Amino acid sequence: MNQRRKPANARTRLYVVLAVLGLASSALVVRAVDLQVVRKDFYQEQGDARYLRDLPVPVSRGTIFDRNGEPLAVSTPVESIWANPMEVLEHADRIPELASATGLDEESLKQRLVERSDKEFYYIKRHLNPDDAQAVLKLNIPGISSQREFRRYYPSGEVIGHVLGYTNIDDHGQEGLELAFDDWLAGKPGIKRVIRDRMGHEVENVELVREAQPGRDLTISIDRRIQYLAYRELKAALAEHHAVSGSMVILDVPTGEILAMVNQPSFNPNSRSGADPSHRRNRAVTDVIEPGSTMKAFTISAALETGKWKIHTPVDTTPGTYTLYGHTISDVHNKGLIDVTGVITYSSNVGAAKIAGTMTRDHMWDVYHRFGFGEVSGSGFPGESPGYLPIAKAWGPVEQATMAYGYGLNATPLQIAQAYGALANDGRLRAPTFVKGAQNPEREVVDPTIAANLRAMLETVIVAPGGGGATKARVTNYRVAGKTGTARTAVGGGYQKKYTSLFAGMIPASNPRLVGVVIIREPQGAFYGALVAAPVFGKVMDGAVRLLDVPPDDVQSWYTAAPAPARTMREERQAPDGPVDTTIDDGVPQE
Amino acid sequence: MIVRMTVFTILLLATLASAIGVVYARQQSRLTFVELTRLGNERDDLNFEFGRLQLEQATWAENNRIEQIARGKLGMVSPGAVDNIVVKRWTQ
Repeated sequence: MNQRRKPANARTRLYVVLAVLGLASSALVVRAVDLQVVRKDFYQEQGDARYLRDLPVPVSRGTIFDRNGEPLAVSTPVESIWANPMEVLEHADRIPELASATGLDEESLKQRLVERSDKEFYYIKRHLNPDDAQAVLKLNIPGISSQREFRRYYPSGEVIGHVLGYTNIDDHGQEGLELAFDDWLAGKPGIKRVIRDRMGHEVENVELVREAQPGRDLTISIDRRIQYLAYRELKAALAEHHAVSGSMVILDVPTGEILAMVNQPSFNPNSRSGADPSHRRNRAVTDVIEPGSTMKAFTISAALETGKWKIHTPVDTTPGTYTLYGHTISDVHNKGLIDVTGVITYSSNVGAAKIAGTMTRDHMWDVYHRFGFGEVSGSGFPGESPGYLPIAKAWGPVEQATMAYGYGLNATPLQIAQAYGALANDGRLRAPTFVKGAQNPEREVVDPTIAANLRAMLETVIVAPGGGGATKARVTNYRVAGKTGTARTAVGGGYQKKYTSLFAGMIPASNPRLVGVVIIREPQGAFYGALVAAPVFGKVMDGAVRLLDVPPDDVQSWYTAAPAPARTMREERQAPDGPVDTTIDDGVPQE
Repeated sequence: MIVRMTVFTILLLATLASAIGVVYARQQSRLTFVELTRLGNERDDLNFEFGRLQLEQATWAENNRIEQIARGKLGMVSPGAVDNIVVKRWTQ
């Protein structure tokens, strides 16, 4: 009986079962759609995140070469050992082994690992020699891996440290050309996508997301040999005169390329620590000094440009002092009646001040400004100082007079070199450059005749008996033109009894190829530019002209490769060893 | 019927062929990638070696060292003023 009632019941059951099955399967379908379609991206991402990794492909930084292709900064690969602290601590018994292999103290290593046990990455030791790193890896300590990095080496060390600057431990430029050309040198690390297993081993390379772009090389304008000469002589001069600091800049006149730039004290860019930060400054570009008497060349340029003054127009400097609104300007020696050339030769402050008095301050400002004073030179060096040239409106008569002999304004050694470069280059100024072949455009700042006149005047400083006394700037077989200078160090609104000795010159005077500026700050004892800075110029240029094969313009013996006249002996110039007038007319340091 | 079967077979074979082609291309691409990586590493290693050698050369050729050897060991000197003779091309 019961069974007879079953069919109705069975059908209901069937429907119930079907309904339940239907619901279950549609739930599955819904879930499947949810996973596969609606939230696909999320799960795909989560899945990838568990085994796909984007890894950087390290690239090496470009090499810096000097103008002759000698390497100055080279990156070589090194290995950095890193650890997964948790994993290492699980095998704490191997820590002593690790400590001895890396040369670290066992206790402190362990402590540092414990401190970072919640992290997954910790550098044990960076920048190891690849062979040493291999030795550590061979120990097969769990959780220890190595990573390739690059370390920069500077084979010339402190000789060229200031120009190149340096990089930090992550190989980014921090100073100097390393910083200025960081983008060019650094390149772009590539990115590759790999599949990694749980242990962090690469299982498969999936794709190259971005191709690695290695850093490009850079050829700079510095000549390593001349740089070394300048470094050696400047260092010797600083030691001899117990000076505080010094700089030297050498420019190639036709191109404006910087052939050498050295500073003392220097630092070794290969070691990241230790050096006094002030030693790392490229003083030739970042520090300003008052140009002192070296400025007279531009005052006279301005005077010649007015047409009121010719090279032999007389200037009366008697009695060697000149009082202007209660301010006394004085010369070392009373030279009496001299001419415009004599103002340069004997470096007469009185003469320069009197000549300046006949010019408008706007004209003087304009000429100084054209020679690049008060403006950043455009060399592109990080931290370059523009110097200081007050606007003409701010000049009173006294300021105008003192500016004529280089007080009351300041400039970097590079700016002074650039300005003398314009005189050497027939009045056309070309901003200096640190990159070989990257000439800056030139512009005419003064008439070529005036530039030639100035060069002739500057030559008298070196050769005239009793002239500026810069006989020590002489270079055998070459004619030299130049100007000495001595400035008092300005400190906080006044002048201290500390001096800066300067020399700015060019060689060969008949057709200048090189311009050099030497600055020596706070020499003890003798402080005149002629005695302190000029000899450095002479010694460095003697080597530089030979290295560059600059044809001599003042040789004692010529050999003419011709049938007739076989040999011409040139008349010897006034013997430099004669009774040389030892008076120094450097321009008196003024208050 | 026969036409439909033929078309179906052709499409089936084409699909199979294309599938195998994909597998093959994928395998090739992996092999090439491995080769590329190997060659890239080799190039880098050679570059690094070159850099190291350059560095070594630059260290040996350091001006200070050359000067000390030239002046000290070999007794070399710079030519003096009288030793300089300038040869000038003869012009009429």
